[in-house]
Amino acid sequence: MKPNFLIVGALAMATALPALATEGDPVYNYTLIEADIAEIDDETVGAFDAQGWVGGDYNRFWWKTEGEFADGDFEDAEVQALYSRYISKFWDAQIGVRYDLEPKGETYGVIGLQGLAPYFFEVDAAAFVSSSGDVSARFEATGELLFTQRLILEPGIALDFYAEDDPSRQIGSGLATAEYSAQLRYEFTREFAPYVELAYEEAYGDTADFQRLETGSADDTVFKVGLRTMF
Amino acid sequence: MRSKLAGLLIATSSLIAPAALADVYNLEIDQFERTVDGKTLTGVSINGTSPGPLLRLREGEDVTINVTNTLDVDTSLHWHGIILDAGMDGVPGISFDGIAPGETYTYNFTANQSGTYWYHGHSALQEQEGVFAPIIIEPAQPDPFEYDREHVIILADWLNDSPYKALANLKKRSNYYNYNRRTVFDLWRDWTNADGGEKTDVIQERLAWGRMRMDPTDIVDITGYSFLVNGETPEDNWSGLFEPGEKVRLRFINAAAMTYFDVKIPGLKMTVVQADGQNIEPVSVDEFPIAIAETFDVIVEPEAGQSYTIFAAAKDRSGYARGTLSETPGAEAAIPELGPRPELTMAAMGEGHASHGAMADGEATGMDEMTMDMSGDAHSGHGEMPAMEQGQKVLTYDDLRALTPYTDRRAPDREVELRLTGNMERYFWSINDVKFGDAGPLEFNYGERVRITFKNETMMEHPMHLHGLWMDLVNGEGDMAPRKHTITIRPGETISADVTVDATGSWAFHCHILQHAATGMFRQVDVIGGAQ
Repeated sequence: MKPNFLIVGALAMATALPALATEGDPVYNYTLIEADIAEIDDETVGAFDAQGWVGGDYNRFWWKTEGEFADGDFEDAEVQALYSRYISKFWDAQIGVRYDLEPKGETYGVIGLQGLAPYFFEVDAAAFVSSSGDVSARFEATGELLFTQRLILEPGIALDFYAEDDPSRQIGSGLATAEYSAQLRYEFTREFAPYVELAYEEAYGDTADFQRLETGSADDTVFKVGLRTMF
Repeated sequence: MRSKLAGLLIATSSLIAPAALADVYNLEIDQFERTVDGKTLTGVSINGTSPGPLLRLREGEDVTINVTNTLDVDTSLHWHGIILDAGMDGVPGISFDGIAPGETYTYNFTANQSGTYWYHGHSALQEQEGVFAPIIIEPAQPDPFEYDREHVIILADWLNDSPYKALANLKKRSNYYNYNRRTVFDLWRDWTNADGGEKTDVIQERLAWGRMRMDPTDIVDITGYSFLVNGETPEDNWSGLFEPGEKVRLRFINAAAMTYFDVKIPGLKMTVVQADGQNIEPVSVDEFPIAIAETFDVIVEPEAGQSYTIFAAAKDRSGYARGTLSETPGAEAAIPELGPRPELTMAAMGEGHASHGAMADGEATGMDEMTMDMSGDAHSGHGEMPAMEQGQKVLTYDDLRALTPYTDRRAPDREVELRLTGNMERYFWSINDVKFGDAGPLEFNYGERVRITFKNETMMEHPMHLHGLWMDLVNGEGDMAPRKHTITIRPGETISADVTVDATGSWAFHCHILQHAATGMFRQVDVIGGAQ
C-alpha cells in the first residue's frame, strides 16, 4: 500500500465534502479533547486524546489524534485523517490515513467502524496497515454511568492487536496490550468537565514477555487528572 | 417587556381600520434587542415587537400585506391555516423566492374563512427568533356562540440562546440539553420500590431502552426557554380583564417553536368552540393540550370578584407560561403545581397501534402506573402523558366534532402512508426515512381525495402541518370529522386524515417543531393538474 496515494486520496475526499454537503446537508462540526497528567515511575507524563469532525449528517471529515509526552518530549504521537460515511442509524464507516510522529515516523492506511452499540457503548474499531505492510488493529469502547446529571463514570476498554511479532518495537502477535479504565468526570458544562481516571494497563503474550525483560513488569496502574472539553 | 406590549397594542390599533372590505397592512421584519428573564438577546421582530401586530381581518376581505425586509438575510411570512393561492403562501423555495434584504413583497389574498389563525416567518429559524403574530378573521355571520369580550393568548417559547447555536449543539451531542437522564440512584430507587417479582422488570426495562439506544427521558430536544403569554414572562404576568358576568372568549395560539403546552385555568371550565379556526361542537373541559401551531378558542365565564391563572405547562414540565384573568390589572391568583416531569414508556415505543381514539379521557386512571408501564398494552401511544388529576376532563382529538359537516365527504381515492422517522443520535428528522433535501415532492392529483396516514416511528410527538389544503381528521366522527391545518401524532401512534385536493400549485408539508422541519421532516406537495 502506497502511503502517498492514501494521503492524496484522503485529501481529495476532504476537499470534495463541501460539494457533497450542499444538497440538504448543511455543514456542522464537533471537537472532543481530553488531556491529562499522571505520575509514572517518578516521572510526570502528559497525554492527550482528541477527535472531531466537520461535515453533514452523511459525509464527514473525521480527525483523531493522541499522544503522550514526558519531560517535554513526545514519546508517542499520532494523527488520523478519515473520510467518515454514515452507513446505518448508529454507525459510520471510516477510511483514511494515520501518521505516527513518534516514536518513529510511520504512515498507515486506516479502515474502521465507529458508532454507538446497543446499551449505549461508544465503539471505535479500526485496522491499520503500515507502509511496510504490518497489520494491526485497535478496539475501543466506553460506556456511561450517571451518578448525577453531571457526575458521570465512564468505564472504558482499549485493546491493541498485531498480526505479527515485531521485536524491534517489543510487540508480539495477537492481543498485545489492553487498557481498562474508569474515568469519573464532573460536567460543569458540556464544554468543561474535569476528571480523574484510574487506568490499568496490561500486556499479553510475547508483548508481555518483552515488557517484563525491559521493565520487570507487564502491567501498570496509572492515576490521571485531566480535563475534557467539547465544542 | 411592558414597553413591548405597549408597542404591540399601538401597532394593533393602527391596523384596525374598518372601511371597505379591502385593506392594506404594512409589516416590517427587523432585528430587535430583547431582554427576557434578565438576558438580552438579538431577536427578529415584526413592526418592532414579538409577537408582531395582530392582523384582524374580515371574512370576504381582499387583503393586501406589504412585507418589508430590513434584515441583512432573506425573510418571509407564512399565513398559517389560511387558504390562498400557492404563490401567496410565503414558503421560500416552494411558494416564492423569499424576501431579499431591503425588498418589499406584497401578499394579496381574499380571506374566505373566519376564525383564529396566526402568521410566522418561514425562513431559517426566524420563527424561534420572534417572527410570529396572531390573525383573527371575523366571520361574515356571527359565530354560533355568545361572548362579550375576547383575548388572544399567544403562547411562545423564547430561547435564552441562539437557535442556530442550539441546533449546532444538538448535532454535536443529541442529549446536549438533557439534564434529566436516569442515574444509578434512579435505578436503585426503582429497584427498592419494586415488589419481588417486579424487580426483574425494572432491570428488563432499563436493558430494553439500552438495546434500542433510546432514552425515556428524551422528552424535548432543547431546554433553556422562557415561556411567554403574549410576549410576557410568568413574572410579568400578562393581564386579561373582564367585567362581572361576562363570557370571555380566549383565542389560544401555540406559536412556540419547540414546545407543547397543557393549558388550564384552575376554577374555570373551558368550553372549546373552535379548533384550528374551525367551529366545533362545544365541549367543556378542565384542560387541553395544545400542539405546536394549533389554535383552540374557548369560552369561560369567570365569577365576579375572582382572579384566575391561565396556566400553560410546558410538556416536559421545565416551566410554564402564565397570565391572569381578573377584573383589575395586575391581580394574581394561585399558580398550580407543575407536576412531575413525564417519561416515555416502553409501550409508547412498541409497535404503534393506538390512535387518539385510545386516548383515555383524561380522567384516566393509573396514568402514574403507565409511566412505568412496559407491557405494550392498549394504552400505547400516550406514554409521555403526564399524570393528571382525578376527575379532570382533558380534551382529546376524540372530542372534536365539526359543528357543520363539510361538503366533500367522499371516501378517499387512495392512501399515502407517511412514516415519521428520524435519527435522534445524529439529530436529523425525516419522512419515510428520507430527509427533505434527498426527497422528491409528494404528488397529489387535483380533485382527488387522499387519505394521509401518519405512522410515528419516533419517540417524539410531531405536529404535522399541511399548507394550502385542509386535513379532515379521521377520528371516528364520520361526516362530522373536524378539519385541521395541524395534526399532532404521538410516539408510536398511527393517525389518518383525509384531504380534498382542491388547490393547485406547490405546498409545504412539515413537522411544525422548528428544528425537526429544519433538519428534514419536511416535504413539498405538488398538486398535479387543475387550472393554474
